[in-house]
Amino acid sequence: MTLMKSFLGAAASLALCAGAALAEPALIFDLGGKFDKSFNEAAYTGAQRWADETGGSYKELEMQSEAQREQALRRLAQSGANPIVMTGFAFGDVLNTVAPDYPETKFAIIDMVVDQPNVRSVVFTEEQGSYLVGMMAAQASKTGTVGFIGGMDIPLIRKFACGYVQGVKAVNPDAKVIQNMTGTTPSAWNDPVKGSELTKAQISQGADVIYAAAGGTGIGVLQTAADEGILSIGVDSNQNHLHPGKVLTSMLKRVDNAVYDAFKAGEAIEPGIHVMDLKVDGVGYALDDNNAALVSDEMKAAVDAAAEKIKAGEISVHDYMADNTCPVE
Amino acid sequence: MDYATLIQVSDSALRLATPLLLACLAGLFSERSGIFDIGLEGKMLMAGMASGAAAYLTGSVWLGMFAGIGAAILFSLIHGVASITFRGNQLISGVALNFLASGMTVLIAQALFHQGGRTPPLSGGARFTPIELPFAEALADVPILGPFYAEVLSGHSALVYVALLAVPTTWWLLYRTRFGLRLRAVGENPESVDTAGISVVRLRYSAVIITGILCGLAGAYMATGLQAGFGREMTAGRGYIALAALIFAKWRPWYALWATLLFGFLQALALRPDVIEGTFGLAIPVSFLDALPYILTVIVLAGFVGKAIPPRAGGQPYVKER
Repeated sequence: MTLMKSFLGAAASLALCAGAALAEPALIFDLGGKFDKSFNEAAYTGAQRWADETGGSYKELEMQSEAQREQALRRLAQSGANPIVMTGFAFGDVLNTVAPDYPETKFAIIDMVVDQPNVRSVVFTEEQGSYLVGMMAAQASKTGTVGFIGGMDIPLIRKFACGYVQGVKAVNPDAKVIQNMTGTTPSAWNDPVKGSELTKAQISQGADVIYAAAGGTGIGVLQTAADEGILSIGVDSNQNHLHPGKVLTSMLKRVDNAVYDAFKAGEAIEPGIHVMDLKVDGVGYALDDNNAALVSDEMKAAVDAAAEKIKAGEISVHDYMADNTCPVE
Repeated sequence: MDYATLIQVSDSALRLATPLLLACLAGLFSERSGIFDIGLEGKMLMAGMASGAAAYLTGSVWLGMFAGIGAAILFSLIHGVASITFRGNQLISGVALNFLASGMTVLIAQALFHQGGRTPPLSGGARFTPIELPFAEALADVPILGPFYAEVLSGHSALVYVALLAVPTTWWLLYRTRFGLRLRAVGENPESVDTAGISVVRLRYSAVIITGILCGLAGAYMATGLQAGFGREMTAGRGYIALAALIFAKWRPWYALWATLLFGFLQALALRPDVIEGTFGLAIPVSFLDALPYILTVIVLAGFVGKAIPPRAGGQPYVKER
């Protein structure tokens, strides 16, 4: 009996040691799923890049329902995965309760601040990226009127809008920016029909470049803009390929970099708030074959110069969420 | 508001009103036969997903539309079996179908295309293209009416005209045919219909199938006419607004047209805060305009503007004998 016990104990400690030595990082995708062509897919790309470079392997889990969140987190933590990265603010509350139970495990959450000693909260400076695409919009516009279509009317989206307007005004102080929010309920994220109608309404007011920061609603915005022959700007991941030659650029949120960094740091990942700004390539604009013809050298030079100035602190882009106001309209 | 803006807002209103109108007429058939249906939203979602997926796979928008109608009829029949054959609670069946559609559409689209529950973007023959009405070009220069004809009435996809034609057709079917008389009777007093030797069950099933067809058209219009593909939850509550419009219209086809056009106009106006401010001289919150259809419906229900009396046998399963 005692022999048995010590065997079991040895096996258990061996397993623990093995777990500690080979601690694999883990990635949890939110409900959108791994291949959503947006947020989650960017996270996947980052993890894959890390795996290709280091030859390491990682665990991954796709959420299937809202109720699984806590269970999924605990299961991964118990399996010895470290660090555990999760995408999306929806994990915030759950992580706040789970993290203290696994003090040895490091967690990273994207787009949300969770104040726990073993959690890295990754947030992005969306206003800086939006500022850059705003500059491009103002340069590409022939009418001097550009548009912004947000999803649900929340401070985060106003942050996008405010950065965008600042960028537009930096290039053309007389430019008119038409701003619309799709709605005030979560259904505003998934109403492409309304997105289309908003686009048509903005076109009738003279807008010829429209920036959509509206999730699924944005798909309708980009579609209608392409149908009506004006330019649009995508968001989060590179959406230039959706309508080649008709999407001016996309405001990139480098979720892939955030995941890559976290995986690379491994167990030594630093907790606390981790800001992904222009300096660390956390945000930016997309340039590829699909929009190369739309972005002139002049435009690119101006935007890159502004990006350098923002990095150096010479231009400061106002963050709407800092005081819930925007200096320009 | 100048005339050009009014034209633009009306144009938008007609597009936004079309899915509401189709769904409203769908609800009208069902409720006039005594089957309450709050599952319009779910049926539209199913139809949107099925039509988006089928149009992508076959490359034909018409096959997509029929797939959408098929999917919506399937859901109608589930509602029918639950509430007609098994005499279940119609509201609960409707709610259940809404939940089922909300999850199932994303699940199927994800399994087929792996794009986060969306169907791939459609192009070319897989989308409804705008139809120019005859003489739209020539008449565009006629003052006042010309732009209205050329901009507002002309240039929509085929399903908009189908929806508009569905209104007189529904009126004729309900008030000028034997089927319509029986349908209305079965919603008011199924016992008497049964006494006359007509099958209540068959009448109610044919009503819910028509509901399915119209919801199918509404879903197909959204996924392949207004949009180039299905997106999760893309109906965004239009099924419920259609139900409100049905009450507002007092379960009558022509009123349904006016009610949905009014609701569509309010939605279109909500997209233009600048116009509202310019016209009324003060900024009306967009959320107030979004809520206005429901507020109007409550006013009608409260009996301030005429009385809205639902079909008397609505919501009660018919039991032949005890």
